[in-house]
Amino acid sequence: MMQPGLYHILFISAALFFIGVFGFFTRRNLITMLMSVELILNSVNLNFIAFNKYLWADKLDGLFFTIFVIAIAAAEAAIAIAIIINLSRNFQSIDVEKTDEMKF
Amino acid sequence: MPNPTYIILILLLPLASFLLMGLFGRSYIKNASGLISTAMLFVATCLAFYVAYGYFFEYGNVNGVYQKLIPFKYTWLEFSKGVSIDMGILLDPITAMMLVVVTLISLMVHIYSLGYMKGEERFATYYSFLGLFTFSMLGLVIASNIFQIYIFWELVGVSSFLLIGYYFEKPSAVAACKKAFIVTRFADLGFLIGILILSFYAGTLDFNTLIQRLTSPESMEFKTAVASSFLGISALTWGMVLVFVGGAGKSAMFPLHIWLPDAMEGPTPVSALIHAATMVVAGVFLVARLFPVFALSTPDALHIVAYVGATSALIAAIIACTQTDIKRVLAFSTMSQIGFMMFALGVSKYGGEEGLGYTASMFHLFTHALFKALLFLGAGAVIHFVHSNDMNDMGGLRKHLPITHATFLIACLAISGVPPFAGFFSKEEILLAAFQHNPTIYWIALLTSGLTAFYMFRLYFSIFWNKEYHPHGEHHGEGGFAMMMPLVLLAVGAAAAGFIPFGKFVSSDGKALISEFHLQFSIAPVALGLVGILTALLLYKKQNSKPDTIASSLNALYKAAYHKFYIDELYLFITKKILFNLVGRPAAWFDKNVVDGMVNATGNSTQTISEKIKGFQSGKVQEYAIYFLAGATALAVCGIYLWK
Repeated sequence: MMQPGLYHILFISAALFFIGVFGFFTRRNLITMLMSVELILNSVNLNFIAFNKYLWADKLDGLFFTIFVIAIAAAEAAIAIAIIINLSRNFQSIDVEKTDEMKF
Repeated sequence: MPNPTYIILILLLPLASFLLMGLFGRSYIKNASGLISTAMLFVATCLAFYVAYGYFFEYGNVNGVYQKLIPFKYTWLEFSKGVSIDMGILLDPITAMMLVVVTLISLMVHIYSLGYMKGEERFATYYSFLGLFTFSMLGLVIASNIFQIYIFWELVGVSSFLLIGYYFEKPSAVAACKKAFIVTRFADLGFLIGILILSFYAGTLDFNTLIQRLTSPESMEFKTAVASSFLGISALTWGMVLVFVGGAGKSAMFPLHIWLPDAMEGPTPVSALIHAATMVVAGVFLVARLFPVFALSTPDALHIVAYVGATSALIAAIIACTQTDIKRVLAFSTMSQIGFMMFALGVSKYGGEEGLGYTASMFHLFTHALFKALLFLGAGAVIHFVHSNDMNDMGGLRKHLPITHATFLIACLAISGVPPFAGFFSKEEILLAAFQHNPTIYWIALLTSGLTAFYMFRLYFSIFWNKEYHPHGEHHGEGGFAMMMPLVLLAVGAAAAGFIPFGKFVSSDGKALISEFHLQFSIAPVALGLVGILTALLLYKKQNSKPDTIASSLNALYKAAYHKFYIDELYLFITKKILFNLVGRPAAWFDKNVVDGMVNATGNSTQTISEKIKGFQSGKVQEYAIYFLAGATALAVCGIYLWK
């Protein structure tokens, strides 16, 4: 069995990132968009872990960063879901196209 | 040295009266306000007499020369070393004299107003304004610094504005107070520029230092001030002429006199105050204050003073002969008498016998204050009785107003220069000074003094003799004690003040000046004065048609004089037709189109651009995300490209 190298993981992380970006732009459902954002964050996490393991295996900085990101992602998800619940109560919908009242 | 506390108290008491009446007068002490103000001013007057007595008889005279003392000085704003605005007291003979004159006349006006203004709605406000007026004038006379005098100078302007416009319900009073303020303010611009020129060259604002530097030919300051010139006239002369312009504005000298007749719109006691003690003598006082510089360094500027004074005296006297409003006659007579004081200064030289004009001018200021206040207060009593300013509504009042009649007669005799009343002595000295130094002005002055006697007695006979007075409606007789007491006191002053040996106390260089009395010299003016009085007697004692006949035979001249030589119209023509059209309108156009245009263009273009780009804020989160991504990508591309 071949050990996966740094490039494999970077490839997966890049793919995840762009899947997340694609999802963020194309989905109209706010929950799905939130999930896409989580994908982007996780791709970054993967990068941190990979660089930590392959380049500075004796250090833990990358791991700490990842834990931070996960914690913040959790907080962010809580806030985002609160916003989404409020939107759905006011608009009876969570379609991002319909919540465009904050404009000029 | 004198105790400065007393002098400061003289100043602060009217100020306190102003603040007290202004803040609490209307609501709390309305009826007592007059009495309280009067009591405060009475204390100030006593202090002024005490200070003047001390100065003239105790400490002022050192080895036969009256000193210029500075008992108090506080450096207020220092610009650089030597140049500072101080608040100080300069005590010299004219200051001591003016302290007495201002407080005394103001006290008389305060007492008189107790009767005259009784029952007025804004009684307390009136007294507070009187206090401010007195305070400003006192501050002006004690000023030790040319900028300090300017500050109080403007305060005098403001308080006269307030008092002339006291009856602000009347449109004419509003117009008059605006006119007085704008005309004097315009002249004050000259004064300010003059101050700047003088202080720039002298390197100081302090009077004593300034006079000393600008009069000694060896000093550096004097040399540069004389050497630098503009339009062929030295900077020093320019400075003094501009200072005189300010003085001419306040003193209603031709051609800046147009505000004075209109200022009659104020209450009559205020006119007495403006004409006798405050405001109009400020200009004379200013010239006297700077007299050493005028006389020693800039004789040309002094010539201007002399001729402006003489012209004003003559023109005002001619106009006064034709007016029918008694207060206007008095206003023009003031202008004429102030003209006398001005040209007396103008013909004078500095020091010794040659400085007679200076002494005479100050003497005339002193006596004029007494009899002019008396005339105005008397006129006030007449107006109070008749309820009209017009001579034609009066006549035969001597039986109804016996005290007013007697005091008015004394004042008329005094102003006409009939011996032994006060005006005789001062006018004699002025004529003598003019005779010694400038024959042209002497002849003008002689003619004017004859005219003075004529128009004063025209006024007197028209009010008190002429026809019988038939009182109509309710009748309240002569004013009360408050109105009669100042009249009697001032009449005593107007009758006796001439015997004060004035030259001993006030002279251009501080040394006593013993003016001799020349009997043969005084024959001409007295005879001319008597001719004037007799003419008035013939024309106005009984109602007849002679005055009208003479007026119509002098058709054009009479009409011109009646319309004050069309100077008001000339001013209106210059301001309305020329200034408004040639300066005002283009300036308005520039303001409307260029200045406003630039502002509007900025606003419009901002609006247009924002209208175009506001679509970016669509409210759609994903669009914002695209912009954000595009921006981040662009930055990343740039970063990679540049990093390389």
